[in-house]
Amino acid sequence: MLKCDFQYRHADFSLNVELEMQQPLLGIVGASGSGKSTLLKNIVGLLKPQQGYIQFNQRILLDTKQNIHVPMHQRKIALIFQNALLFPHLNVQQNLRYAEKLVAKPERKFQFEEVLELLELRPLIQRKANQLSGGEAQRVSIGRALLSSPNLLLLDEPLTGLDSKLKQQILPFFKRMKDELDLPMIYVTHHPEELEYLGANILQLNQGQMT
Amino acid sequence: MLSPEELSALYLSAKVALFATLTSLPLAIAMGWYLARYEFRLKFLVEALLQLPMVLPPVVLGYLLLVLFGNQGWIGKYLNTLGIQLAFNWKGAVLASMIVAFPLMVHPIRLSFQLMNRQLNQIAGSLGAAPWKVFWSINLPLAIPGILIGSILCFSRSLGEFGATITFVGNIPDETRTIPIAIYSFLQQPDGENMAMRLVALSLVLAFSALIANYFILQKYQRKLGA
Repeated sequence: MLKCDFQYRHADFSLNVELEMQQPLLGIVGASGSGKSTLLKNIVGLLKPQQGYIQFNQRILLDTKQNIHVPMHQRKIALIFQNALLFPHLNVQQNLRYAEKLVAKPERKFQFEEVLELLELRPLIQRKANQLSGGEAQRVSIGRALLSSPNLLLLDEPLTGLDSKLKQQILPFFKRMKDELDLPMIYVTHHPEELEYLGANILQLNQGQMT
Repeated sequence: MLSPEELSALYLSAKVALFATLTSLPLAIAMGWYLARYEFRLKFLVEALLQLPMVLPPVVLGYLLLVLFGNQGWIGKYLNTLGIQLAFNWKGAVLASMIVAFPLMVHPIRLSFQLMNRQLNQIAGSLGAAPWKVFWSINLPLAIPGILIGSILCFSRSLGEFGATITFVGNIPDETRTIPIAIYSFLQQPDGENMAMRLVALSLVLAFSALIANYFILQKYQRKLGA
């Protein structure tokens, strides 16, 4: 599935990653500043490692030796940030359709209705982006990511910033995604209990080093 | 109501301001985007050049335009062979307005690009949108308030443009005599003060309406975007 072996340096921080992901859900824990977000940004293509390669299902996304660097929008890897980052000029439905329309019909992995159902978005569909609570907005952003038909979903502390009650409401959706969808996910957090709940294999990241 | 002379000045002013605004718009969007999103070594020079028309005496600007775009000017003589004449022509008034109003137009557009959350671009990219698609579907629509405000400022500034215009394209009735130039002409006549007053009042109304429109656009979009 995902195979990475790369080095990324910025100022005096250096991230060294060697990982091979075979299971559908990989959890990565580490303190803040350990390089968790940097890791995801390198995989998605926002940052470019100085050295190494990233490969997903036989497709080379990055190889510094062969000078290959597939741009972010062609990688089919979706990223969920801490904050939902909905497009503020579009309502919920338009946010979801935006992602869906970027994918040709035969290549769509999830149906619009199916995603509405899974994330219980139907009651929100006509709302404006600024009329949602933090938890609702995050669910919409997950739905938007799914509709872009990614081959891999990266979650960068998706529950940080939500209170514990909301966390308890959203976590089951991730569990459903893991159980019901055929979509590999990497889930980054500094709360290992979230990963235990989801039943993820856990890797530790410490000051840019995998352990 | 308005006399034929006044109507002609109003029509010319509106025509010049409209063309100046529409022609500047794509350039101002490109420039605003460039300055908001890119850092480069000679940026300070581009910034200074951009602001120059605001601090330069308008007559100097008009003279420079004559030197460059006059019928015998460095660029003007080539344009002339293509049948394009700018000096002493309303199209020259458009060019003068564009240059004078350009910094006013770029500024709000640049600000709206600058204040936009850059993570929106990253999100759209990770969803599979190519950079040009992100620009058209996310950045440009979100910059509409800045684009409207910049356009209104450019339009109003063009309506009032005097110094560079009169130097470059002169004072020709029905060709280059816009409202401010008509006011100036009336004031040169012994009995023209009353006529000038009417155009002064018209200028005030136009300028004031533009500023009020600005205010309402800001209000509307702040509500809409929940800012």
